[in-house]
Amino acid sequence: MNKQGKLYKIWLLFLTFFKIGAFTFGGGYAMIPLIQKEVADKRKWITEKDILDIIAIAESTPGPIAVNSATFVGFKVAGFWGAFVSTLGVVLPSFVIITVIAYLLKNFSDYKGVKYAFFGIRAGVLALIVKGLVSMYKQVPKNPVSYIVMGVAFALVAFFDVSVLLVLIGCAVFGLVTSIIISRRAKNDLS
Amino acid sequence: MIYLKLFLTFFKIGLFTFGGGYAMLPLIQAEVLENEWMTNTEIMNFVAVSESTPGPFAINMATFVGTETGGIFGAFCSTLGVVMPSFIVILLVATFYEKFKKNKAVAGCMTGLRPAAIGLIASAALSLAITAFFADGVNAQVFKNVEFYISAVVCIVMTVLALKKVHPIKIITASAVVGIVCGYALNLPV
Repeated sequence: MNKQGKLYKIWLLFLTFFKIGAFTFGGGYAMIPLIQKEVADKRKWITEKDILDIIAIAESTPGPIAVNSATFVGFKVAGFWGAFVSTLGVVLPSFVIITVIAYLLKNFSDYKGVKYAFFGIRAGVLALIVKGLVSMYKQVPKNPVSYIVMGVAFALVAFFDVSVLLVLIGCAVFGLVTSIIISRRAKNDLS
Repeated sequence: MIYLKLFLTFFKIGLFTFGGGYAMLPLIQAEVLENEWMTNTEIMNFVAVSESTPGPFAINMATFVGTETGGIFGAFCSTLGVVMPSFIVILLVATFYEKFKKNKAVAGCMTGLRPAAIGLIASAALSLAITAFFADGVNAQVFKNVEFYISAVVCIVMTVLALKKVHPIKIITASAVVGIVCGYALNLPV
């Protein structure tokens, strides 16, 4: 590909992910349909199957799904600089908007009306978190390992003040060990 | 050195969060409380702000905490920190994708990490709920406060609506309206 073509592609990547960053509320999975529309249907940079791969990768690598998918798509389309501008594009709208909001909050948070609004909002936010929990629960495989990990992780942090980081590392190791044991057993049963 | 601290803290948050939605909440909560960058009340306010503005929660949170503690350059450092682990890991994964896809160790770790995220978010939600309902500590006095009952009703009604897939922005707007109306009508102390 000639150089100008590549530069143009990189510019398009930036614009596309800037748009995705600016128009997705709530982030994460909300972004997937927009990526599908902009990157697969419109630009044909990736295929529908790639989208499934992206979801799978984003779920099993650290970091926000938005950043993971932007980096992955950018890299597939135009290598390192593609990944770089896509990530920059998806992050930039949040960065600008939140910097402005932080300034506004600082100046308006002492108003009585704003305080009342946030009093109501805090109760509503709990509802959103509960909803998030329910939809994550629906996606988790229902087996004893899942239930044990869920319960133990909850109890350790809620009642025993164990660090979140330690619990995450512990659960990853526990998941790895149990999955090895389960697959060994399945193999033995077969033979 | 606040800038380095912001960068490293959010690098850690970016590195250890898996999955979407609120998966990042427990870790962010633990870190910002420990550093006394925000209180539980401010975290809840900000979750609402983040849900009503575009962009991923993690980026919004990193930018906000960074701005509050270190101005615009602070925001730059924390956002760079939260993005960097994903960026590096995805570049590696994209290069070795076929090997990564078949890797049983990754899949195995995920069988532990996914349910763990649920337990951790539940625990974060519990501590936020305690702050929302028992702002002055857990005691019987709370049950005489009208605020407690307003919060409880809003929370229950909104949970039902949220589960019926009402859009988060509508839920936040409705909750804000209830807060403002009840606040002025009953002249609640703030």
